[in-house]
Amino acid sequence: MNRREFAKLSLMTGVMAGSGIPLGLKRAAGQTRGGTLNTIIQPEPPILVTALNQQQPTLTLGGKIYESLLRYDFNLKPMPGLAQSWEVSPDGLTYTFKLFPNITFHDGTPLTADDVIFSTTKMLMETHARARGTFARAESATAPDPLTVVFKLKAPFAPFLGAFDCTTAPIVPKHIYDGTDYRKNPANAQAIGCGPFKLKEWVRGSHVHLVKHEGYYRKGEPYLDEIIYRVIPDAASRSVALEQGTVQLTQWSDVESFDVQRLAKLPNLDMTTKGYEFFAPHQWLELNNRIAPMNDKRFRQAVMYAIDRKAMLARVYFGLGKIATGPISSKTRFYEKDVKQYEYSLDKAKALLDEMGLKPGADGKRVTIPYLVPPYGEIYQRSAEFLRQSLGRVGIDLQLQGIDMAGWAEKCSNWDFSMTMNLVYQFGDPALGVSRTYISSNIRKGILFSNTAGYSNPDVDRLFEEAAVATSDAKRQEHYSAVQKLVVEDVPVVWLLEQDYPNFIDKKLKNVITTAIGVHETFGTVSLG
Amino acid sequence: MSLLALDAKGGGVVAAALAIGAWVAKFVAVVLVIATFNFVLVHAAPGDPAQVIAGQSGASDEKLLAQLREEYGLDKPYIVQLGTYLKRIVTLDLGYSYRQQRPVRALLAERLPATLLLTGTAFLTALFLGIVLGTLAGVRAGKWSDTALTIVSLFLYAMPVFWLGLMLVLLFSVRLDWLPAFGYVTIGVQMTPLQRIGDIGAHLILPAISLAAVYLAIYARLMRSSVIEVTHQDFIKTARAKGLKQGRIIARHILRNAILPVVTVAGMQAGALVGGAVVIETVFAWPGLGRLTYDAVLQRDYPVLLGIFLVMSVIVIVLNLVTDAIYRLIDPRVSLRAAS
Repeated sequence: MNRREFAKLSLMTGVMAGSGIPLGLKRAAGQTRGGTLNTIIQPEPPILVTALNQQQPTLTLGGKIYESLLRYDFNLKPMPGLAQSWEVSPDGLTYTFKLFPNITFHDGTPLTADDVIFSTTKMLMETHARARGTFARAESATAPDPLTVVFKLKAPFAPFLGAFDCTTAPIVPKHIYDGTDYRKNPANAQAIGCGPFKLKEWVRGSHVHLVKHEGYYRKGEPYLDEIIYRVIPDAASRSVALEQGTVQLTQWSDVESFDVQRLAKLPNLDMTTKGYEFFAPHQWLELNNRIAPMNDKRFRQAVMYAIDRKAMLARVYFGLGKIATGPISSKTRFYEKDVKQYEYSLDKAKALLDEMGLKPGADGKRVTIPYLVPPYGEIYQRSAEFLRQSLGRVGIDLQLQGIDMAGWAEKCSNWDFSMTMNLVYQFGDPALGVSRTYISSNIRKGILFSNTAGYSNPDVDRLFEEAAVATSDAKRQEHYSAVQKLVVEDVPVVWLLEQDYPNFIDKKLKNVITTAIGVHETFGTVSLG
Repeated sequence: MSLLALDAKGGGVVAAALAIGAWVAKFVAVVLVIATFNFVLVHAAPGDPAQVIAGQSGASDEKLLAQLREEYGLDKPYIVQLGTYLKRIVTLDLGYSYRQQRPVRALLAERLPATLLLTGTAFLTALFLGIVLGTLAGVRAGKWSDTALTIVSLFLYAMPVFWLGLMLVLLFSVRLDWLPAFGYVTIGVQMTPLQRIGDIGAHLILPAISLAAVYLAIYARLMRSSVIEVTHQDFIKTARAKGLKQGRIIARHILRNAILPVVTVAGMQAGALVGGAVVIETVFAWPGLGRLTYDAVLQRDYPVLLGIFLVMSVIVIVLNLVTDAIYRLIDPRVSLRAAS
């Protein structure tokens, strides 16, 4: 079913936020029941409890096991999850969620408002950095009855409603975790959630086997009997698995970018880059704003002009993405396209460098800068080579330095670098995933994905703060537009691309990518035909 | 270094007990030195597991790092950590991998059989074929069959092992669909034990061939040159002069002498083989120790890494013993008592 059909069906069946589950949709689609979905998980997650570990493979797999109150469509609008309806008070301080009845955990225990309150106010506050940032803003969470949860906020925080996807706020069973040492709880091996699939077996280094949760609260779901996630560490072997039909679905970086075009032509596969809107991975060249010459705005602008991002997208990323124009991704809410444009221009770059007094020496080099190559795969190595060539043309000589994951994280978070590349998720709202990179209060040594570039601008701080607490979307848009114009002028980091990831989906499969979190979704409605 | 080179002179039970005691003491000392060395090396690299997890989570704060470091026991001074670690080793406790939420011993026990099956099969195949082919080539030195063998073994030796693996997959799995492309056993199918053995065997063929190829080439080349060298020695001339048949000369005189260098090299490589199959295990998604090691290095999973190093060093020491014993069998002149 393509998007247009989906949209038509949605209209027909009257799917609206809070109206419950569109049962007619499934019958219209004529899905079959049963069967096994084989897919890939790479790298192998350390554990499956998403409340305790938020690495991407954990979230992909854990999304089938743990659910949250809401889901989000491709435009990041909330849809029912465990909550069938919700209300926000006009002052933006009170959020009331009504849960579906008959939700049970995999061990048969009913899920009630108490589990939601325990998860959001206790366990996640302790274990989940991202959830901590959001739920710290709640003053209280109460349960007037077993199926109602009321959050009262200390002050309005507009993105609060955007924090109830299964990767940010997975609901865990209170009776298993309350009063225990969460990370050492032996029940972690069982990973008990309330999602449509439960863990049957995990053979380390080989595969994770999920089976249907018989007591799932959504009638008729899940369609599949089981899902098998295979650990296939080698990229070439993963492509073979896809070609042979051994696996019917791949996600994220399972397929190397240079292999995407070839596999997209295969008759048994569909390829889509949808389903990453919530994360909206933003790829940039990170400059340490604390040291010369990166501390000069003109230098940063020159770098922006000197990189042919169109060519980079085409040659290095094989077209998988879009050129980034500023701090907020076009996939995220409150994007502003009317900002200063940096077209590819070596002349402008050289002029700016001349103006700031960085004159080329006898060898044509103006300055030599060490560049840390992030250890996250082939594409970063190629990008580094591309950037080295590009900047070399205007006399900026990059010295590439290889490093492993731990070393990169250590150096990057402790500001011990000059230039590197960074990929940061936006999490659906600028207040959740964007401001953290640019506000002064988030310059925190030793913490990755904080403001590691060291950029600081009081106007930017103020605008981000006002935008986060404004209650009307119009007001927020106004602040975010203003802040984007400011930040793009300053170029604290050199935005390169809004990176896309390909999902390869066997044509037999239906309903795989239905929300903004794509492959992390529960897969309750996924079927084999 | 031969651990058997003990200065135990004289005979009797007491001497033997002393000898064994001395050997055990030496063994423990070597293992502890290795363990300390490993610990220092592993911790000397910048970054720690908490940073890796933060880096892969897309968000992080002080609390997360502090929690993880406490959990990993990384919040204590190095020297305290080292002390705890050595104490554990002496009691044969390999510790706990917080990253994988399992005891290290369980992780190793899970992975060791798969690795031993793969590397053992590949190693023995390579050794046997290498010796046979090398002998044939050496005996026919200069003839076309020797030249052909030399070319093939050079080819195998020069070929990147992952590339050979991928080519085999392309041919036997993708084109012909005869053998599975990767994995250890077919997942999600009910099988009788006999079917299971057959299934694992089918999965084993391609990775074992890929892994064996390089070693086969090494042993064949080594055996060939060794055979040629021995063939020109005086005692062989004597044997010929005595009128012994060619077959007997090869079996009794040439082989026994020529095989020694191969045993030496194979003994050294056998230890490396246990952990050295990283590439093949990666290409074929084989759930073995090599990949566990690689992942542990990347993730700075210290307990797992140290556990693997320790087990491997013990295996290497034991293999040295075995090599010495085999030497003794082949060549009675090598004494276990005297320093060789």
